[in-house]
Amino acid sequence: MIAYIIQRLLQSVLVMAAVGFVAFSLFAYVGDPITIMLGQDYNETERARLAAQLGLDRPFYVQFANFVANAVQGDFGISYRLARPVNAVIRERLPATLELSLIAAFLALAVGVPMGVYTGLKRDSWLSRFFLTVSLIGVSLPTFLIGILLILVFAVILGWLPSFGRGETVQLGWWTTGFFTKSGLKALILPSITLCLFQLTLIMRLVRSEMLEVLRTDYIKFARARGLRDRAVHFRHALRNTLVPVITIAGLQLGAIIAFAIITETVFQWPGMGLLFIQSVSATDIPVMAAYLCLISFVFVVINFVVDLLYYAVDPRLRVDRGAVGGHG
Amino acid sequence: MTSTRANRPLLEVRNLRVEFPTRRGTLVAVDDVSFHIDAGEVLGVVGESGAGKSLTGAAIIGLLEPPGRIAGGEVRLEDKRIDNLSAEHLRRIRGRQIGAVFQDPLTSLDPLFTVGQQLVETIMTHLDLSEAQARSRAIELLREVGIPGAERRIDHYPHQFSGGMRQRVVIALALCAQPRLIIADEPTTALDVSIQAQIITLLKRLCREHGAAVMLVTHDMGVIAETADRVAVMYAGRIAEIGPVGEVIRKPRHPYTIGLMGSIPKLDRAVARLVQIEGAMPRLTAIPTGCAFNPRCPKVFERCRHERPDLMPVETNHAACWLHAPTLAEATRG
Amino acid sequence: MADATEMSARSAGGTAPAALQRAFDSDIFYSFRNSPITMLAAVVTLLGFVGAIFAPWLATQNPFDLRTLNLMDASLPPAWVEGGEAKYLFGTDNQGRDVFSTILYGSRISLLVGVGSVLLALVLGVGLGLLSGYAGGSIDAFIMRVADVQLSFPAILIALLIDGITRAILPREAHDAAAVYVLILSIGASGWVQYARTVRGSTMVEKNKEYVQAARVIGRHPFAIMLRHVLPNVMGPVLVIATIHLAVAIITEATLSFLGVGVPPTQPSLGTLIRIGNNFLFSGEWWITVFPGAALVIMVLAVNLLGDWLRDALNPKLR
Repeated sequence: MIAYIIQRLLQSVLVMAAVGFVAFSLFAYVGDPITIMLGQDYNETERARLAAQLGLDRPFYVQFANFVANAVQGDFGISYRLARPVNAVIRERLPATLELSLIAAFLALAVGVPMGVYTGLKRDSWLSRFFLTVSLIGVSLPTFLIGILLILVFAVILGWLPSFGRGETVQLGWWTTGFFTKSGLKALILPSITLCLFQLTLIMRLVRSEMLEVLRTDYIKFARARGLRDRAVHFRHALRNTLVPVITIAGLQLGAIIAFAIITETVFQWPGMGLLFIQSVSATDIPVMAAYLCLISFVFVVINFVVDLLYYAVDPRLRVDRGAVGGHG
Repeated sequence: MTSTRANRPLLEVRNLRVEFPTRRGTLVAVDDVSFHIDAGEVLGVVGESGAGKSLTGAAIIGLLEPPGRIAGGEVRLEDKRIDNLSAEHLRRIRGRQIGAVFQDPLTSLDPLFTVGQQLVETIMTHLDLSEAQARSRAIELLREVGIPGAERRIDHYPHQFSGGMRQRVVIALALCAQPRLIIADEPTTALDVSIQAQIITLLKRLCREHGAAVMLVTHDMGVIAETADRVAVMYAGRIAEIGPVGEVIRKPRHPYTIGLMGSIPKLDRAVARLVQIEGAMPRLTAIPTGCAFNPRCPKVFERCRHERPDLMPVETNHAACWLHAPTLAEATRG
Repeated sequence: MADATEMSARSAGGTAPAALQRAFDSDIFYSFRNSPITMLAAVVTLLGFVGAIFAPWLATQNPFDLRTLNLMDASLPPAWVEGGEAKYLFGTDNQGRDVFSTILYGSRISLLVGVGSVLLALVLGVGLGLLSGYAGGSIDAFIMRVADVQLSFPAILIALLIDGITRAILPREAHDAAAVYVLILSIGASGWVQYARTVRGSTMVEKNKEYVQAARVIGRHPFAIMLRHVLPNVMGPVLVIATIHLAVAIITEATLSFLGVGVPPTQPSLGTLIRIGNNFLFSGEWWITVFPGAALVIMVLAVNLLGDWLRDALNPKLR
């Protein structure tokens, strides 16, 4: 057990190191921060001063070490575009993205998993066919189009919900939340639906296909041969076995939601990290890009780690006990 | 084939027909099969892969996978029809009246639940026992099937057992609700040869002790010889010959059975070549008219090609072969 | 049963007309003929490709050529709505571009990027999968590790990153000109993992078979033998992956263009059109968004349907 955790931790650290390297390379080799910050016209003294200030005249490994040391403390320097410290900017925008993503993730799981189970168990009912058709359309609709359509219907035509922004938010420490205001809640509805739909259909289809696979196994056949009730066969045995591989994918999907938030935030002008990232890509704002990259990687690595732990807890086959495999024929 | 025994047989299968509708037409996998099993006896069902043995077993307990379905005939358990029961009634029979053991112990057990949990749930589904009572009964069963340290191992997961041990657990599971009949479908095929004998002996002993009859489906004639009281030889979805095991092995009547017995090497006799039956069992899409074996039969004659023979009595056995047709003087059939 | 002989006969070769006859008789084609939805999807996909390829002949205007645009005709509604003109079937956008023609030209880009990135991912993935499965050991471990890590990052993020980097490296004009290729590179590079995993699995299975050892003994290079035997087995699943990947690639390109980091605005793809139209939704000029949106969805839906059918048809367990 301990060995498993340590191995996973090591892997996570390696991944973060690699990502950090890529992020740093962005800093070091892509674009010219001097030009971006000072504009086209600058004289040699200004350049030298800025270069020294940014540490650009030091050898590579020194710069990398500085970068890592700073990054671990959350310091990614100054945004080229906004001329503010990157971590302050990110801290402002993080709650918006996290709130949106968590709600979308919750929706995707809470609706997607039951739908998947239902369509797996009752393959031929009309409701299953309906769900499957809807899911096919859902997978074919790009997220941004869903957002636009929802805005068109609910904001432009019906006027029920806002089409952009977060509404009023309440400040709790450094966190801002939209949960406590009516306009904040209303503003959350359309973007979270938009964000969750793609993942919802993916999860539904995944759960369904896993369920169908499991229902074909020998142990399910044997469970039926033992005369167990349908409820026990389906929900005790089949469902549990279905959910084990689903955990991994669901974890990955949750990570994907945070990334897909980029699109939703753009459509709804949601002031989160995704929108920030897009703006920084367009403007070649390297510090923000690098910071976003590192932050997102960190989130993914954490999610993967948690998923691995969950897997271990749920699947007894991974826990190879000492000396328990025994007995002769 | 109606039984003329004084005691009613435990299981009676009459004219069972199992079909698979496909786009190329309907395939008949089990064609007009009839036999019976008495209480406590072991009936071996032997034949090549694809002869229909497993499907017969699946049809009896109502576990045919769609699109397969029972298209004709009856299955009677203690003279009550079970093939036309509702799903819920069938479920109650499974495990409680008829148990099953399948081929691969590796995949027969749910990997996420302990052996004890699976035993207890089966016991509590069919018998009116508390959980504690069910658990002690489960431990008892594990001891009976020869799992050492049963009180400890009851809380182990399937992957913590070896192949032979797992099959013992499967047997325990099949017997735990005290069924009258066990359908064992190739129970030793997936096991090491050295283990096979142990398991088959265990199965036979336990069934005798618990008073359960066994329908032992296998392609291994040696297992049948060791274990069965009677044996049915299946070919292309039909029964070719059925009779007491000693008689069928020593004095086979149907040319297919003769070929089968001849092709088994024997330790006590030296032969230059093993007997081979020319050709192969026909596919379900291409079953010959008349007797299914006629293209390969060394004793074939004209009638075999046109008329399908029913099982006919030949001394102690019954064989579906025109060679043994009753003379005009005999009026009885079957 | 009988199907098994057909499959093996097909893989064993045979003359072309005989092979074609077997193909028509096969279960796959049967299930195709029996599913009207799938046939419709195939027709739509075909139409989409034809429309895109022959866009210069089918379109009434070349929207990429600024000289043919007439600003006086900007923001006209579709032909059947009051104020529209027959010349502009689906109306025009704010720069006078005919929406219908732009859809045709735009789908060119969408399909080009889609097919291109799928091909890249396929070649990369199949190649790496073969290498990984055949070489085994540390090479295999390394490639799979990279695959695992990459799989945990959504493709769109990787695509965005690659695009961002090239945007920073290249001067603006060069980036615009190469935009399509950058997109193909970024979407393709983010999608190879699925192919690699599938092919690796098959390769590892084949590698252990005796004929590979036998080939070594004879002196024939086992890699060539494996190619000949692994590839036919693996083509089915790879094709399924590719079809579904095509749908994803088209959506990804549209998304990137919508976000403004895809193709340049002078060569609008369907995503760009929707983005432009988005700005005018509130003023009621819905046609700039709705028609390209519909075209995109219909195309992707058709490809997805084909992919679904292909997966079910090639899966022997589901028959």
